[in-house]
Amino acid sequence: MTSSSLDIQRRSASPTAAAEARNPAEIAQLIDVSACIGCKACQVACSEWNELRADIGTCVGVYDNPTDLSSQAWTVMRFAEVEENGKLEWLIRKDGCMHCAEPGCLKACPSPGAIVQHKNGIVDYNQDQCIGCGYCVSGCPFNVPRLSPKDGKAYKCNMCSDRVAVGLEPACVKTCPTGAIQFGSKEDMKEVAATRIADLQSRGFQHAGLYDPPGVGGTHTMYVLHHADKPEQYSGLPNDPSISTAVGLWKGALKPLATVGIAAAGLFGFFHYITVGPNRADDDAHQDANDDAKVGTREEDRS
Amino acid sequence: MTDKAENLAAQNPAKEKLIQRYSAAERINHWVVAVCFVLLAISGLAFFYPAFFWLTGVFGTPELARIVHPFVGVVMFVAFGRQFFRYWHHNLLNREDIRWMVAVREVMKGNEVGDIGRYNGGQKAMFWMMVLCMAALLGSGVIAWRPYFAASFPIPVIRIALLVHATSAVVLISSIIVHVYAALWVQGTIRAMVEGVVTHGWAKKHHPRWYRETTGRKV
Repeated sequence: MTSSSLDIQRRSASPTAAAEARNPAEIAQLIDVSACIGCKACQVACSEWNELRADIGTCVGVYDNPTDLSSQAWTVMRFAEVEENGKLEWLIRKDGCMHCAEPGCLKACPSPGAIVQHKNGIVDYNQDQCIGCGYCVSGCPFNVPRLSPKDGKAYKCNMCSDRVAVGLEPACVKTCPTGAIQFGSKEDMKEVAATRIADLQSRGFQHAGLYDPPGVGGTHTMYVLHHADKPEQYSGLPNDPSISTAVGLWKGALKPLATVGIAAAGLFGFFHYITVGPNRADDDAHQDANDDAKVGTREEDRS
Repeated sequence: MTDKAENLAAQNPAKEKLIQRYSAAERINHWVVAVCFVLLAISGLAFFYPAFFWLTGVFGTPELARIVHPFVGVVMFVAFGRQFFRYWHHNLLNREDIRWMVAVREVMKGNEVGDIGRYNGGQKAMFWMMVLCMAALLGSGVIAWRPYFAASFPIPVIRIALLVHATSAVVLISSIIVHVYAALWVQGTIRAMVEGVVTHGWAKKHHPRWYRETTGRKV
């Protein structure tokens, strides 16, 4: 989180407006899955630029390495072997934060300012403010954030917000040898994608398309997929992702209901006391000592 | 008169006319639960309402509040579990409780209804509401507890757990407000949980059947 606080769109757990005076253009990273050769140069560039070093793993029989995202691996290539039209296809997807326009992680986060969304679209974590509750992990529709086993804080791709802030492209974009990862304004990236999709369609990939899911308001990491009708084939890329109903209720409707419920209980007590008054067992402190067999007047009313 | 009340009378003649309602062990048990509840409500509300996030300062730092919260929760659950086994058999509903519940508007005016035993319908309903909330809070809390348990559950399950946790916490907090208010409203009740004793008048008015059973006297 190196860019200034002046260009923030949203801030976690903050009911009032963020400082949003500056108006940078919306950016996007476009990953053309059809042009990816699975070289993992992006993974290496990410770990170089961000000073991340995942533990050396073991071969698990597939190309995936590391096998999952972690606090030390903010992007990983996921390799899927899929049969499509009678042919084996090797679908390789660079997984990482999608930088949603409506981020589930930010909605779920209870710590003010631990997650911010910059006006340019980057969703960024401020580990200084992170309390390690993992709500972001539950809020994310893409299963991206990871808690560090060392410090308990949440980490994920920040689209090299430090580089972008000074006019550079993210490290993975810079290093990609095939141009499968491109970076620019979201507008421009959509145009680049449209050209590429037209090309793929002319070459027989009739369902080629752009993955910019509207369920999360669109994303600032977009994919060109040769089979945009079946995103799940790409190692479980969700079809029509959105913030889950449970998270929506928890962070939405429950709050006003809770406020009404708790306030009603308190106000009821207050007004009951000042109208009905305390419920006394008829001067028992004095009367009872003298005559404990005598029944109070209200007792008689009752019987 | 019970043995305990006789002991009290022997120690302090001024307390001669008092009836023992809660033993020291029961009172300690209650206040352990109460203190845990307050700590949990403070930190829980801070995580639930951004505007109350500053309440995490009670624990030093926000992250400490997050770390401490579930451990306090376990202490509360264990202490409440002890209470559950103390009181569950006193909280089985009977016909008098239904009468009490139906006539709750009259009760709210300060006029007791029904031949009430150790607990009335409202107290019994409160007991079972607390039991439900505590069970829901423990179950959902364990599922959402990082870094120890949450990683063992699928994310969709954790999402539901978080919703259940917050919902049952809100229900419990509202219930506890009613519980505390009822204790304040019915004068002489706080004394039962602080000093352990109630007056004959209190017992006769609010819990006549319990009064007869405890003292062997007729009202």
